[in-house]
Amino acid sequence: MKSIAIDPITRLEGHGKIHLFVNDDGSLANCYFQIPELRGFEKFCQGRPVEEMCRITTRICGVCPDAHHMAAAKATDAVYGVIPPPAAIKLRRLLYNGFYAGDHTVHFYALAGPDFVCGPDAPPGERNILGVIAKVGLDAGKAVIAQRARGQRVIEIVGGKKIHPVTALPGGMAKRISKEEQEELVEIGKKMVEFAKFTIKVFDDIVLANKAYVELILSDVYAHQTYNMGLVNDRSQVDFYDGRVRVVGPDGREHCKYEPKDYLQFVAEHVEPFTYLKYPFLKKIGWKGFVDGVDSGVYKATPLARLNASEGMATPLAQAEYERFYETLTGDKSGRTPVNATLATHWARIIELMQASEATLELAKDDEITSDKIHNPPQGIVGEGVGIVEAPRGTLTHHYKTDEHGIITEANLIVGTTNNYAPITMSIKRAAEGLITKGSEITDSVINRIEMAFRAYDPCFGCATHTLAGQMPLEVIVHDAATGEVVQSASRN
Amino acid sequence: MSKPKLAIYWAASCGGCDIAILDIETKILDVADFFDLALWPCAADFKYKDVRALPDKSITLTLFNGAIRSSENFEIAQLLREKSVVLCAFGSCASDGCIPGLANLTTRQDIWDYVYLKSPSVDNPQGIMPQTLCQVPEGVITIPEMWNTVRPLTQVVDVDYIIPGCPPQSDKIAEVVGAVIDILKNGKPLPPKGTVLGAGEKTCCDECQRSKDVKKITKFIRPFEIVPDPNLCLIEQGIVCCGPATRSGCGAKCVSAGVPCRGCYGKPVNVRDQGAKMVSALASVIESKDPKEIENIIAAIPDPVGTFYRFSLPESMLRRAQV
Repeated sequence: MKSIAIDPITRLEGHGKIHLFVNDDGSLANCYFQIPELRGFEKFCQGRPVEEMCRITTRICGVCPDAHHMAAAKATDAVYGVIPPPAAIKLRRLLYNGFYAGDHTVHFYALAGPDFVCGPDAPPGERNILGVIAKVGLDAGKAVIAQRARGQRVIEIVGGKKIHPVTALPGGMAKRISKEEQEELVEIGKKMVEFAKFTIKVFDDIVLANKAYVELILSDVYAHQTYNMGLVNDRSQVDFYDGRVRVVGPDGREHCKYEPKDYLQFVAEHVEPFTYLKYPFLKKIGWKGFVDGVDSGVYKATPLARLNASEGMATPLAQAEYERFYETLTGDKSGRTPVNATLATHWARIIELMQASEATLELAKDDEITSDKIHNPPQGIVGEGVGIVEAPRGTLTHHYKTDEHGIITEANLIVGTTNNYAPITMSIKRAAEGLITKGSEITDSVINRIEMAFRAYDPCFGCATHTLAGQMPLEVIVHDAATGEVVQSASRN
Repeated sequence: MSKPKLAIYWAASCGGCDIAILDIETKILDVADFFDLALWPCAADFKYKDVRALPDKSITLTLFNGAIRSSENFEIAQLLREKSVVLCAFGSCASDGCIPGLANLTTRQDIWDYVYLKSPSVDNPQGIMPQTLCQVPEGVITIPEMWNTVRPLTQVVDVDYIIPGCPPQSDKIAEVVGAVIDILKNGKPLPPKGTVLGAGEKTCCDECQRSKDVKKITKFIRPFEIVPDPNLCLIEQGIVCCGPATRSGCGAKCVSAGVPCRGCYGKPVNVRDQGAKMVSALASVIESKDPKEIENIIAAIPDPVGTFYRFSLPESMLRRAQV
């Protein structure tokens, strides 16, 4: 047997390492995807005042601190049994949609885009954001940078600080928005919607117009029959900030639809000794290992999963694109038939980019956001609360218990990408099985195609795997298991 | 002539420092123009062995973010120290230990017990724990050793400069980068070793726009309990704000947004311990001379350690809880 180690991020601290064990006949024996870090927020948050969780848990991730800020705010609202004023909820939604628009833009252009715009077999030197800019034009590159800056600006205006926002607190928000700020937000919202339209056109022209790419998206190598998780509003439309968690099977049947407070009835986490990260699964179905199908509790929580778990989008342009997505990929525009092609996640992500942009504009135009009434100071304490939002990389659950003074006695966090730990492992395995066969040479293109399997999830393990596609260094080493000798190695420079 | 080399590295961090560098927007082009990037894992190719192969002191400047909490973080810190002329602790994790440093209030064992055995969602009837060397049916695979104590970079290797903040604010990053380019281009002398860059010489209070009446207080309240007056000092309204014990430089963003400072820019000039400074700052505003009453007023502050040392426990005189 041979062992292949793929170290996707050669920085030594890791944040992700793939081991593939290959049988002598060239077939894949097994696959291990390891996460080499644990920081222990759940433990050291015990003893902290619960209102500080909005400001502590942002440090779980500097890429999506906004998601933790919001999940913590909702969980602390629940701990104090307080409902924020409508204006505060609008401000939170505004911050969150603005953040989503910036974040999804970065992923599509800098991480996923290179595989499609430049092509999965393009030389690594071209397969990066600069390669994307070379192909779509410098003006488009500048537009991407400007769109990212717009997302950051929305966070700064509403959240007080671009990275690690600070204004959400139990019962509402701490910072009022001036009329001048509202005007700026409206301008940002308009430009975001235009940019989302442009992005959909880029995807049309470059990906959908290319038959080979559509076949690649729909190919078996990148398909998985897993459950899909996502937050939906009371019309079962995708909602990033609030609602109930709906889970739909690979066959389109609803498995459950739960209130955040009931999450423990539906989700549990499995432990393996070779990694620091746990594997969430659907509790009522059970952990059956790294297998797909309706009898396995493995689920995914990604842009694709959110579309599959919903019955539509909450804004008009995004809804039109949702219908085109399902029409193209399943022939049924209602979206009742799920798409199980992992690479379709990229298309789903830009449909969400459209919803986030439309919602940002709509909320920015709403004069209520400049209201003075943005905070209902809590009057009592319930002592327990769960807050769930959709982080860009998956359903984010914060659950706190406190004593009568609001001091945390227990904190449980199920973080975005963690939901996808099992399906990512399976996607890597599937791609490797299809691409590494006996006697085949492991070329850069093979490495990239394996990497594409997990890039679709936009993984953010240890909150730090944001590397640029094509720039991400990979090393594949094939050992002879009997002698330990290196038989073959391939690396990308 | 070859360009000077720049390295940007993340150890145990959240990624926010790297995002903050991206937030300097078009100025990043000046950086790309002036330096050759020796490594930046989040934005450019990097091979560990390539860094090893570089001669010692061949990287002109390394901006190192993230704390040190595993065998691997430590190894990389040592390597980059050897290869760099100037090594900067960039951001609160590298300079002070930051929020992940609150893990020093507990132990690795207690963290593992909670995460893998006691958490309400965990399903682990066999009591499985992570193993650094793990025998799987097909062979042996490894994960790094997690340390019991989180340490700032400054405690494990010799550091030349500190750029504080969680994260350092992008206007300050742009200023520092501009100054470094000017120094290198025009052969100017470097600032004295140990200088804190990208921050002020005063405290957060000096940047705060809120007015102070030097009013004393008789009771502390928690930030969510009231809608504070937007123009008055938060401490004078009874809210614990770490501004007096925090270095200036951030632009007083949090207090401007209506929430108290939590100290992310670290201790001010001439202060050894941020938490101790905070204790003395609060002591000076309490309106009482009666020890019993003072005790009651202070008792209303929940979690003094986790608040006064929110960002600096590993760097402080306490470093960690003895448990």
